Amino acid sequence: MYKILDKRALNPTVTQMVIEAPAVARKAEPGQFIILRVDEEGERIPLTVADFDRERGSVTIIFQIVGATTEKLNHLEIGDSLCDFVGPLGRATETENLKKVAVVGGGVGCAIAYPVAKKLHELGCEVHAVVGFRTRELVILEEEFRAVSDRLVIMSDDGSYGEKGLVTDALKKLIESGERYDEVITIGPLIMMKFVCRLTGEYGIKTVASMNPIMIDGTGMCGGCRLSVGGETKFACVDGPEFDGHKIDFDEAIARSGMYKPFERKAHEETCNLFRMEVK
Amino acid sequence: MANMSPNRNVMPTQAPDVRSKNFDEVALGYTAEAAIDEAKRCLGCKHMPCVSGCPVKIHIPAFVAKVAEGEFEEAYRILSEASSLPAVCGRVCPQENQCEGKCVRGIKGEPVAIGRLERFVADYHNARADATIERPAPNGHKVAVVGSGPSGLTCAGDLAKKGYEVTVFEALHLAGGVLVYGIPEFRLPKAIVGKEIDGLRALGVKIETNAVIGKTYTVDELMEDMGFEAVFIGTGAGLPKFMGIEGENLNGVYSANEFLTRVNLMKAYRENSATPVQRPLRVAVVGGGNVAMDAARCARRFGAEVSIVYRRSMDELPARREEVEHAIEEGIVFRLLTNPTAILGDEKKNVTGIRCVEMELVEPDASGRRRPVIKEGSDFELAVDCVIMALGTSPNPLIKSTTKGLETEKWGGIVTDENGLTSREGVYAGGDAVTGAATVILAMGAGKTAAAAIDTYLKGRK
Repeated sequence: MYKILDKRALNPTVTQMVIEAPAVARKAEPGQFIILRVDEEGERIPLTVADFDRERGSVTIIFQIVGATTEKLNHLEIGDSLCDFVGPLGRATETENLKKVAVVGGGVGCAIAYPVAKKLHELGCEVHAVVGFRTRELVILEEEFRAVSDRLVIMSDDGSYGEKGLVTDALKKLIESGERYDEVITIGPLIMMKFVCRLTGEYGIKTVASMNPIMIDGTGMCGGCRLSVGGETKFACVDGPEFDGHKIDFDEAIARSGMYKPFERKAHEETCNLFRMEVK
Repeated sequence: MANMSPNRNVMPTQAPDVRSKNFDEVALGYTAEAAIDEAKRCLGCKHMPCVSGCPVKIHIPAFVAKVAEGEFEEAYRILSEASSLPAVCGRVCPQENQCEGKCVRGIKGEPVAIGRLERFVADYHNARADATIERPAPNGHKVAVVGSGPSGLTCAGDLAKKGYEVTVFEALHLAGGVLVYGIPEFRLPKAIVGKEIDGLRALGVKIETNAVIGKTYTVDELMEDMGFEAVFIGTGAGLPKFMGIEGENLNGVYSANEFLTRVNLMKAYRENSATPVQRPLRVAVVGGGNVAMDAARCARRFGAEVSIVYRRSMDELPARREEVEHAIEEGIVFRLLTNPTAILGDEKKNVTGIRCVEMELVEPDASGRRRPVIKEGSDFELAVDCVIMALGTSPNPLIKSTTKGLETEKWGGIVTDENGLTSREGVYAGGDAVTGAATVILAMGAGKTAAAAIDTYLKGRK
């Protein structure tokens, strides 16, 4: 069993949890992910490692409450335990020889962008962070990003916080103003990453996108997480989760991510109803 | 006097039209009377041809004789001397090619139903609540087993019986490997696998789930930091193959591994399962092995019209005859001499069909089977909303890529000598990780051989 050591709501729909998992904490690196099950009947869901503390033996996860499993997970409290927690899976972010990087995060994806920015900062790389949210109350990890980036641009769709507009607007402005990046690392909704990659493609800037497709085992066994990258089929769990953003077939990835949407919506509603009945 | 009936006792099964709508076990098992009657058909041949056909060398005439006498517990004791998982083997071994294939009674009639007797004895034993397992005295040596499938469990069981302190590391949340994620409930109930694994735990075997060797720990860490003196790698062949044809990444295309894992391990066949799986209307399963049959029969149980699409003919189907017969009885259509060339989809990238060509067989290829070639102009389309690729699997490269000095074949299989020793001292391997996808019993045989070799190796070091 894997104990919940800390829990904090980052915004109304995003929660951070620190999980006791010494074996995972010992090996985890930014860019890698874990798979968890909430309880004995639960499904396996992948979540990217948001942070880790090797001495404390803990791994931090940040999740958005989008379905039945994340709803159940969010109902657990400090001192409760998860049934399963396995990792670290996938390949770590390649951070070698980078001198200046733009990290572009969107929504809950910022939770994954943050440890990457932190690691690059620790390695002495100049980090520009561009983070986007729908609206002010959804902004997460602002202070954390500020601490590890040389430049931080916060964007909101409705202009209620930071600048109004999309992360691509901000990134374009930075590039146009003469900033030269060795690499852009982007993590967030598929549609956002698609447009970030389209933009950097125009400028010929190497771009890495972190993918989070549907998967079961996370070790290369099911192939459910497959993506087309440069015309080849890749498994996000073992070949990724990060890929050359200019080669990813995002339209295919978007379609694949919607495979179980009706099921997920129904399961989420049912779970919410159960919790509501418990409250009554 | 032996029972000289040329026919074996019939295995009672659920009726095809009933079982094709549920996931309960198809074969129901012998009664004690049927088992005794069947056991009496054994001639007790002195030269024991059946044993020569058994990869784990069960003393078959001895256990069958005990069944004939009604001494079922004694029969179990003999079985368990050689096999760690008799309730499993009795169900999934291809006995027709092994013990039963060598049975003298098979010359003029049907061979003794050894597999069914094995199953009967194991189930009889497992049903008795008072069956206790004696834990052997520890010998103070630690061995790690990587993977909890048939080879790993067998190796662990044999070593534990000799007093080794064995820890099995399993990447998934549940032990059993292919026995729990691959083979469906209706062929091998998971409660039976669980019972066999409980038996190993009672012997003192520790099972650490959620441990991916190559990620969470490496083989080197197991040996250098964690005090294991030997390691057995039984990681199977888990990597699914695809055809590389157009449309394979459409929604509705599954590897058999994914489809079966969702259905079996994650219990997606249950109405209230947290894990989704598509409930298709028309399914094409590509491939002709046991895995293809399993996937097809699972899909059939969701009410789908299911076709097996296989490029050779009935004679070349690699699946067990019994599985093919069961599939046909359950209404699965066999589209033989047929090969897919593309998977078709709609604008939402959902599968709408599969384009195929007809094949004909010409002279044998390197595998000795007649080679299929395309009939020109024979293109046709099948309307389906789901395609399951059951084309075989290859070993997972995770261990190879993280273990220094571990030699592998080009196709990924780990290189070992006849005792399972790899190119690394103290590191042994067996099962599908070495041979490529094969059977449960061959993997068990390899686990058994390696356990004996590990014992010899560690005794030599003392």
